[in-house]
Amino acid sequence: MIAEIGLAALWLAAALAVLQLAGGLLALRGDGANEIAALTRPAAVLQGGLVALAFGALLWVFAITDLSVKLVATSSHTAKPLIFKISGAWGNHEGSMLLWVTVMALAGALIAAIERRLPERTMQATLAAQGFVALGFYAFLLLSSNPFERLPQPAVEGLGLNPLLQDIGLAFHPPTLYIGYVGLSVAFSFAVGALITRQVTPDFARAMRPWILGAWVFLTLGLTAGSYWAYYELGWGGYWFWDPVENAALMPWLAATALLHSASVLAGRDALRVWTIMLGVVAFSMSMLGTFLVRSGVLTSVHAFAVDPERGSFILFLLAIYIGGALLLFALRAGAISEGERFSMASREGALVVNNVMLSAILAVVLLGTLYPLLTEAFDVRVSVGPPYFNPVGAIFAFPMLTVMAVGPLLRWRQDRWGRISKEMGLVAALLLAGVVLFGLLAEASLLALLGLTFAVALAAASFLPLKGRNLRRVPIATWGMVVAHLGVAMMLFGMASESAFSKEKLAALEEGGMTSVGPWSVRLEAVEPVAGPNWTAIAGRMSASYEQGEPVQIAPQSRNFWAPPQQTTESVLITRWDGQLYAVMGGSSTDGRWQVRLWWKPFVTFIWYGGLLVALGGVMALVGRVRVDLRRRLVRRKLAERRNDMETAV
Amino acid sequence: MRVLIALLMALMAVPLAAQGDVPPAPYAYRQLDDPAQEAAAQELMETLRCLKCQSQSIADSDAPMAGDMRHQVRIRIADGEEPEAIRRWLMDRYGDYVSYEPVMSATTWPLFVIPILLVLLAMLIFRRRFRGRT
Repeated sequence: MIAEIGLAALWLAAALAVLQLAGGLLALRGDGANEIAALTRPAAVLQGGLVALAFGALLWVFAITDLSVKLVATSSHTAKPLIFKISGAWGNHEGSMLLWVTVMALAGALIAAIERRLPERTMQATLAAQGFVALGFYAFLLLSSNPFERLPQPAVEGLGLNPLLQDIGLAFHPPTLYIGYVGLSVAFSFAVGALITRQVTPDFARAMRPWILGAWVFLTLGLTAGSYWAYYELGWGGYWFWDPVENAALMPWLAATALLHSASVLAGRDALRVWTIMLGVVAFSMSMLGTFLVRSGVLTSVHAFAVDPERGSFILFLLAIYIGGALLLFALRAGAISEGERFSMASREGALVVNNVMLSAILAVVLLGTLYPLLTEAFDVRVSVGPPYFNPVGAIFAFPMLTVMAVGPLLRWRQDRWGRISKEMGLVAALLLAGVVLFGLLAEASLLALLGLTFAVALAAASFLPLKGRNLRRVPIATWGMVVAHLGVAMMLFGMASESAFSKEKLAALEEGGMTSVGPWSVRLEAVEPVAGPNWTAIAGRMSASYEQGEPVQIAPQSRNFWAPPQQTTESVLITRWDGQLYAVMGGSSTDGRWQVRLWWKPFVTFIWYGGLLVALGGVMALVGRVRVDLRRRLVRRKLAERRNDMETAV
Repeated sequence: MRVLIALLMALMAVPLAAQGDVPPAPYAYRQLDDPAQEAAAQELMETLRCLKCQSQSIADSDAPMAGDMRHQVRIRIADGEEPEAIRRWLMDRYGDYVSYEPVMSATTWPLFVIPILLVLLAMLIFRRRFRGRT
């Protein structure tokens, strides 16, 4: 019954999306005040409620493990902790697509309910676009991936969830990324709406900005959490593999970062109009491309995709309609939209343009490296594109970008002289030079790691320069947000470079009571014990680890065997100090009765994720700052309107 | 006769047993004693693809095949073979696919040409945008 309610709610929501699309379009043809047009906003709000109900129904059937629902039977299991039963609801194709449309419908409901500052026609066009995009995803769910499908005969037991996914970090990783993806769909709808009515104004950028910022914060958190998950769960200490699935999340982030900066220029200076619209379209295209890559099976093998092309083709079709349509609209309208205010190279806008172009180039490189192997595989030539390609080629664009990031925020808007900030530029240059010499003597590291360490230090210092000579209490929150986010980038870069330059690895075969050491740590394997959990058994290695002969810390990494489905995983244990992490993994036994133990000492590796969190925090601060200013502006406008009314009635 | 059949069966069973629970090759989970050689091996392993995994190098994989390849890399480095010679040997056996190190070839040239075009395009955009105004 619950499953049927969910399905019915989903169909009703799809019908409302049609209404929303029709209402918006009719409003555009008329003067914006006909009767169906008045239904656009309520349709969007009600749709949000219905899809939330459908998602609630899915959570419910997973929570009670209703094995008559096909999806539950194929991806859940009765012997699983409740939290993983619930998170299992989106740990599969159908559920994750339902999560996608849920977030999308809720976002649509929110803009319909609260966004009032744009001209009504632009707003109607935006909601029509949002309805149109949502409709495609409803069709996808209902026609090819129904999450509520029943089995003719209830299953006796479910097939289980991949043990790698039974992890609290990963339970919340997909929702975070999806909120990010879908936030970009709102930015996309705004861009399409503004293109249709040709009203690309600072107000448009201000309406779009909180959505970009929000999406960007969630994407940042999603990437950070996903990277940390790979780091501790896969058991080899790698945190980024340039895997297509990771790239699928990185590409929207890169586009959103560029969009965020260019929308700020549009909101503040009424410049970069066409560029902002273009990035709005690109950012959502990357979200959809990411969904296509992850959901179509094309990544396992192009040929696997060809065997069961239904879902992949469907998403590809949606991608073609939305992105092709938006680009066509863009091509038709871009000429009619003027570029906006002009500015010189030596200006804040100039620096932001350089950064945007560099970010777009990095995006293009990641896109190329991700899609190229798929392309050649279609012609039966298999090519590997991995870290040795992405790292140096990305760096060609990343380091100039980071340089501009250091000095750009010091420039004035519209027009400035390099001479005015020569002292600050000198400081950054001196730090870079000192860093190269110092780290070059200190560490035997690759060129990229060396540059990374050096730039990280210079950037960290430079990120505070915009605050110089200002009254700190009067600096706007959004500016603090920028400082924090830029500092976060520096910190992340430092963590990555340090991990690459200074990590120590030790693979040892130990008998019980045996000792080994890695970097400043000495580790003793005290005992090896069997352990059992609700759906696994494990071998745990009890170890005591001490840092430079200090107080020993007790740890017990495990090698786990899950039985539904059968799979072996490593449960690594991390000892975190302020200056790095000890990473310990328990392996199997070797022939002579000794045990394989893998240890790493990774100095400052945690800075990668602390940095990511700081970037996200910076985004939140900017969001709070912007929304506060917007609300105040709205209040002032209302007061002005009231006073005008009063005066008119008085007259 | 029965003994002979039993013997034959036993012989046939050997390869089957070999697939199951053989312990990993010694250097799959063991480092070389010479730190310089180990570093060279590590650097090479990080650029070789684990053929059984998705986007992992043989340096970060628990797959048995990755272990065997690590073993091969380490003993060959210990024998004084050049890393690039080992890479070529693996590429002869498994195809170019096994190496992450980008090589310019008839199939991969766009990977190198497109970034160069991107650099040129970026410079063009800056020139057009900022020309003639100070």
